[in-house]
Amino acid sequence: MNLAQVIFYILTAITIGSAAFVVLSQHLVRSVFMLFVTLFAVAGLYVFALADFVALTQIVIYVGGVLVLLLFAFLLSSKESLEGMEKIPSGLLSAHRLPGALISVLFLAVLGFIFFQIDFENLNWIKASVANGNVISVSDNTIRNIGINLMSKYLLPLEIVSILLMMVLIGAAHIARKEPKAS
Amino acid sequence: MIPLQHFLFISAILFCLGLFAVITRKNAIQILMGIELMINASILNLVAFSRFDKVDNTGQMFALFIIVLAAAAVAVALVIIMNLYKRVKSIDPNQSDTLRG
Repeated sequence: MNLAQVIFYILTAITIGSAAFVVLSQHLVRSVFMLFVTLFAVAGLYVFALADFVALTQIVIYVGGVLVLLLFAFLLSSKESLEGMEKIPSGLLSAHRLPGALISVLFLAVLGFIFFQIDFENLNWIKASVANGNVISVSDNTIRNIGINLMSKYLLPLEIVSILLMMVLIGAAHIARKEPKAS
Repeated sequence: MIPLQHFLFISAILFCLGLFAVITRKNAIQILMGIELMINASILNLVAFSRFDKVDNTGQMFALFIIVLAAAAVAVALVIIMNLYKRVKSIDPNQSDTLRG
């Protein structure tokens, strides 16, 4: 086992452990801060999947934008939102959580069973891309290719996403403003 | 090289943790965090398969679009949660039942 695999499995352990903490913690602020750790570790996993640009985007947008927004919203809503949570009995298998735990474990079993069944190395399109040399290797520079593709093949989705972002900006500002004193 | 299946198992575990949070949590912000975990799991799947698509980069491109859409969705959802808090004085989704038929 070489160094890259060791780092990969350490990142995996950090990801799953902190995600479990996010899900199971009773304390909202702690789980928001553990979500930071989860998102950073998932960005590390993206790097191991040879997608550096997606990892950078994840750090910039998720960690820089989404989590700061979440913290902001949490700190704006007051302590009362936490008080209702104290009454929930903790523990993974209390009566409130047993159906949810059962559903997610069963879903995990289904997904794991499917992933065991499929032989990914022998799928047709993966075999074809390996035969054509269409596989990203570690030393490739993918960001240049992403830029070229974004400006040629995926130009229409890019423009639609930009329009959607503007609509979201206007819509969020409109919903969040104080309602005028109507009669 | 790390085999493809390991990425898929990690993303399956992340997805199920997010599903658990969405089902059991009583707090709208924590439900939103569960949804974020599920979105991250699906992005991990796309990125892992995108290794076999060097020319078109379809997986990475859609991962970028998903990240942008998730950020937009979180912005709108937080605004809605703040408004709900102003109106119902609680961010428990079970308590806002004015639309129940």
